[in-house]
Amino acid sequence: MSNKFKNKSKANIIEPKTKISWKEIKQQKVLLIWSAVIVVYGVIFYYLPLAGWLMAFQNYKPKDGLWHSQFIGFAKFQQLFSDITFIRTIRNTLAMGVINLIATFITAIVFAILLNEIASKGGKKVVQTISYLPHFLSWIIVTGILHDALSGSGIINEVLLKMNIIDQSINFFAHPGYFWPIVAFANVWKETGWNAIIYLAAITSIDPSLYEAASIDGAGRFAKIKYVTLPGIKPTIMILLLMNVGNVLNAGFEIQYLLGNGLVQSVSQTIDIYVLKWGISQSDYSIGTAAGIFKSLVSIVLIVIANQIAKRNGEERLF
Amino acid sequence: MTKKKRTMADRVFVVCNTVFMILFVIITLYPVLNTLAVSFNDGTDALRGGIYLWPRKWTMKNYVTVLQKNNLVTGAYISVLRTVIGTLLALVSNAILAFIVSRKRFLFKKQLSFFWVVTMYVNGGLIPTFLLYKNLGMTNSFSVYVIPGMISAFNMLVIRTYMNGIPDSLEESAQLDGAGYGTIFVKIISPLCKPVYATVALFVAVGQWNSWFDAMLYNRLDSKLTTLQYELMKLLSSVTNQGTSMEAMKNSGGNVTPTSVRAAATILTMLPIICLYPFLQRYFVTGMTLGGVKE
Repeated sequence: MSNKFKNKSKANIIEPKTKISWKEIKQQKVLLIWSAVIVVYGVIFYYLPLAGWLMAFQNYKPKDGLWHSQFIGFAKFQQLFSDITFIRTIRNTLAMGVINLIATFITAIVFAILLNEIASKGGKKVVQTISYLPHFLSWIIVTGILHDALSGSGIINEVLLKMNIIDQSINFFAHPGYFWPIVAFANVWKETGWNAIIYLAAITSIDPSLYEAASIDGAGRFAKIKYVTLPGIKPTIMILLLMNVGNVLNAGFEIQYLLGNGLVQSVSQTIDIYVLKWGISQSDYSIGTAAGIFKSLVSIVLIVIANQIAKRNGEERLF
Repeated sequence: MTKKKRTMADRVFVVCNTVFMILFVIITLYPVLNTLAVSFNDGTDALRGGIYLWPRKWTMKNYVTVLQKNNLVTGAYISVLRTVIGTLLALVSNAILAFIVSRKRFLFKKQLSFFWVVTMYVNGGLIPTFLLYKNLGMTNSFSVYVIPGMISAFNMLVIRTYMNGIPDSLEESAQLDGAGYGTIFVKIISPLCKPVYATVALFVAVGQWNSWFDAMLYNRLDSKLTTLQYELMKLLSSVTNQGTSMEAMKNSGGNVTPTSVRAAATILTMLPIICLYPFLQRYFVTGMTLGGVKE
């Protein structure tokens, strides 16, 4: 009897809805009209550009348009991958993407944990408020600040000179070796406080009784961080890591474009800059599109891989 | 014994942590405060270096120069305009879309959600998008700032998550009273969504205020349509390539330099954000936890 009841209620959960009646559809008229408008917008601004991918397989000429340009198969992709500059942009994009991802991840987690250990509520609030500030500044402003700080007479050189670490000021923007670290530092400076928000929220939601139990067991501050706080925020760390893996290639434009110069272009140019340079400045739309498609495909592959890893480890999945 | 050891380690930790936080605050604030000091300092005097947190030779001339530069003033006007209009359009359209896909009994609920989630992962890329806007006649026009990014799947999902948390009974009882979906959206759901609306508005507004790439790509040729950030970028590159720096010196009477003018322009560009963000904190904290991370 009770079993039968259970089954029934289960069925109810699975299929609680009755079919949507014509009367209801009529009621939903306004929703349908708005949906139609929104779908038209979406098709134009998000789906129509996908048709432009055809250009990558054509010798696209603006005067011939998409319909009459000559198809050339994968020739543009071949041209792309035989271009050493393009191969270098792949390396630069991946390298900076990964370095930035790791650097911003670790600093945000460490910052969140350390901030959480601050006893004074007021002090915590003040530090946190200040830590958000750089996130709201544009890359234009941030690169301006970097130029000031790292210039020959800038504060960094001054401090290094005063501490006798160097005996003549370094021109940071002229040496390729400094570029990736500068980009990573700029990302850390800009986003640490902002990225920490979500970890702080996760730390706050850890059950306080876990800390009490750990105290009773004689755990000190470090043991509590290691055995309570870190495991508590592990799911958050995992999901954010996975979300950001798909974005690794997208993080390579603004700062590299604004900070790059002729002297460091072998390490500063990213795929997006390549697309801009060839596609827009040289008006070679086909090669620009091909490079863009390559980037999109790699991103999708990365997302799928990340999602599979998440699934295998039993973590929450993205989609 | 062990207890004493622990408190010792604890004390060392507290001291180190406090020092670390103070260093963190200094590294975060110093560049901004230094720019502020330079912006109030005499330009030629600043070239001698040694300006840290306080101006040595006070002047307002840098700010006067900025306010006399037509391109910066027009840029500021366009930036304000695009922030206000862009934010309003984005908020209304994302809210309507989120409302539709969060109606449990809507006919195409699943399909419409899917249609938008796809756009998060696949997009045409720079060149096809550029050509599309060109063909739509959106280059050299204000519309390119506010129309293309109007609906975004991410912002829609943030609002939808929030709306899903509102009990259905509110909608049902309103329907029994004869309210249509329009009324339910405006009178019942939207008032409850104020916090999430504020969050999304904040995200969009900051993005609008800070963007420069669209101005460079689409509206570079029309000086009446470029944004403040883009003009600031041009100022920055003129400082970096010292070549054009003489021009700025000439039209300002000698004691203003490109660096000092840029410092003043930077401060003015930061000002709205610095003044507003501490008061909006609680909104973006809810937003971050609601929808994951937005860059």
